[in-house]
Amino acid sequence: MKKATLSLETLTCPSCLQKINNAVKGLEGIDKDSVNVMFNSSKVKVDFDETKISVDDIANSIDKLGYEVKKVQVK
Amino acid sequence: MQRLILRHKNEISFVSLFLIVSAFISHYLFNNVLIAEIALIIASIIGIIPIAIQAYQSLRVKVVSIDVLVTIAVIGAFLIKNFEESAIVTFLFLFGSYLEQRTLNKTRSAIKELTEMAPDVAYKLMADNEFHEVDIDDVDINDTLLVRTGAKVPVDGKVISGNGYINEASITGESVPVKKEINSYVYAGTILENGTIEIIAEKVGEDTTFGKIIELVEEAQDSKSQTEKFIDRFSKYYTPLVLLIGIIVYLIWRDIELAITVLVLGCPGALVIGVPVSNVAGIGNGARHGILLKGSEVINDFSKVDVFVFDKTGTLTVGSPVVSSVKSYSNNYDKHLSYLKAVEKESDHPLAKAIVNYIDNDNNNLKVEDTKVVKGGGITASINKDRIVVGNIKLMESEKIEITNDMFSYIKHLESEGSSLVITAVNEKIVIIMGIKDQIRSDVKEEITRLKRLGVKELIVLSGDNQASVDVVSKELGLTKAYGNMLPEDKQAYIKDLQEQGLKVAFVGDGVNDAPSLATANIGIAMGSGTDVAIETSDVVLIDSKFSKLNHALGLTKSIVRNMWQNIIIALLVVAILIISLLTSDWMNMSIGMLVHEGSILVVIINGMRLLKYKLRK
Repeated sequence: MKKATLSLETLTCPSCLQKINNAVKGLEGIDKDSVNVMFNSSKVKVDFDETKISVDDIANSIDKLGYEVKKVQVK
Repeated sequence: MQRLILRHKNEISFVSLFLIVSAFISHYLFNNVLIAEIALIIASIIGIIPIAIQAYQSLRVKVVSIDVLVTIAVIGAFLIKNFEESAIVTFLFLFGSYLEQRTLNKTRSAIKELTEMAPDVAYKLMADNEFHEVDIDDVDINDTLLVRTGAKVPVDGKVISGNGYINEASITGESVPVKKEINSYVYAGTILENGTIEIIAEKVGEDTTFGKIIELVEEAQDSKSQTEKFIDRFSKYYTPLVLLIGIIVYLIWRDIELAITVLVLGCPGALVIGVPVSNVAGIGNGARHGILLKGSEVINDFSKVDVFVFDKTGTLTVGSPVVSSVKSYSNNYDKHLSYLKAVEKESDHPLAKAIVNYIDNDNNNLKVEDTKVVKGGGITASINKDRIVVGNIKLMESEKIEITNDMFSYIKHLESEGSSLVITAVNEKIVIIMGIKDQIRSDVKEEITRLKRLGVKELIVLSGDNQASVDVVSKELGLTKAYGNMLPEDKQAYIKDLQEQGLKVAFVGDGVNDAPSLATANIGIAMGSGTDVAIETSDVVLIDSKFSKLNHALGLTKSIVRNMWQNIIIALLVVAILIISLLTSDWMNMSIGMLVHEGSILVVIINGMRLLKYKLRK
């Protein structure tokens, strides 16, 4: 399991959170309980299994919703 | 393509405004209904595209968002050929989200300023034996880094060469530069004001003290209180419910106009955004003033605190006691003083340190032998075959050393002024009695009075010191209760007791000895100048450990909570008024509903922004 922190463009509507939350939770290979979409700091934190999914896939799924991913950090 | 459209939402809304204005001009000024109609149709179509894209995306991940409600409403208006409403509603929705973005950025600005203080590059010693600029993420533990004048220290680490003065305000709140030389510890985010140093990285990134501060604030601004979690859960079912009601209204009355108006009026706007806005602006204000509030639960609890419990030494007092009175019963005072100093040098007790600092004459030739520490009493030792006993009255009694009436009344006098006693006896005869006192911190008294004014019911001091010296401090500061002779576990038990009486307790103490009390109290505040321990154990971190920040923090949390409730009430009132007018008036329509909604969102954001300017009234 690795921990990813994705910094997004400024989030402005709380319903964005729900969208991103559902989209990321729907991915294969992520720890559903760890998904944390932070409204004010506009970040997504998530634990994922690097053998099943890459961090780029996670970033892509958010990008596809129309939210730009600015920076990705993996620990 | 989708992203291109979404990125230009703002431009679209301005084009749409232009079209709407031209439509009205051609209609009312030139009476040209056709051109007006065409302009409104174009405005509706370009306006709905970005909203519809967002609606589609949210439906794909099974969320009924506001975009879905608005899209359906606009399509409905379009179908019944009400182009005026469809154009105006899409414009208001887009323009509203543009204004929201602008104002929200304002409320977040204070925290952003803090995070931007984080270092982002470092000069790292590479294989070619030279320093090269690298991204901060590429610095690892044990790397050698160069810091030049004016640069930010990139990591926590130790100086291995060079020296200079560092401004550590971001960590300690103290802006007077601190001298650093070989083996000094330096912190990430502090600024080297002059000199050049090389350092070895010991902690990097989020593990540095500054990294922890940033992470704490970032987590705090998005942490959710019970109220917020409730609102979140509520809004998750709320939007689908509004959609359902819209459908039912249509099925019963067969009135598209009414059904789509319900959809727009039902948008949850201000309710969902009001609370996070107060939170982020309030936490931002704190961060600017060196106060870190760990989340909304903490804000809520702290605003309701009834009782403040303080530790004495180091919290209410300076923590480094000084010798305040001395009386000699000796026939060879100088010799006995140097005996006393020699013995006290063996100890690291705070009272011993005060004595060592007080006595000037240094005689390093004295050989101290047979040193024995008597727990809770003092020290016995011998020098040049003279037997020395240094300690308190208990020790003198157990050593069967005689205390004359004259000495006894002096001792009583010292105790009544709150001094700690150090008695020195040489060869079973008392030669010196010293009173040692800890100074009250300079800013404490005034701040205590202000805490009372902010509505704190009780201010209590708990200390391991003797009751008399605790009483003196308590009396001088006007505290309500004072208990001495308390061990850390007694303090914890006392706090539990208060909580069982239904009181909310804040404990202020040092992070090391008082860890159990800090953890037990509803709000724990460690005074410790931005040390790791203080940051981790405190619910409210005061970066510079100044007492005045305590008042600011308390006043601020009260204002944040008030602000949140104002926002919740504004949001609920707006929805109530809209629904009542829809039921009772004939002027209520989709456009007015949207206008009021977007207006109320801006009102709650601007209301939240007031917290950025919060200052404690003198």
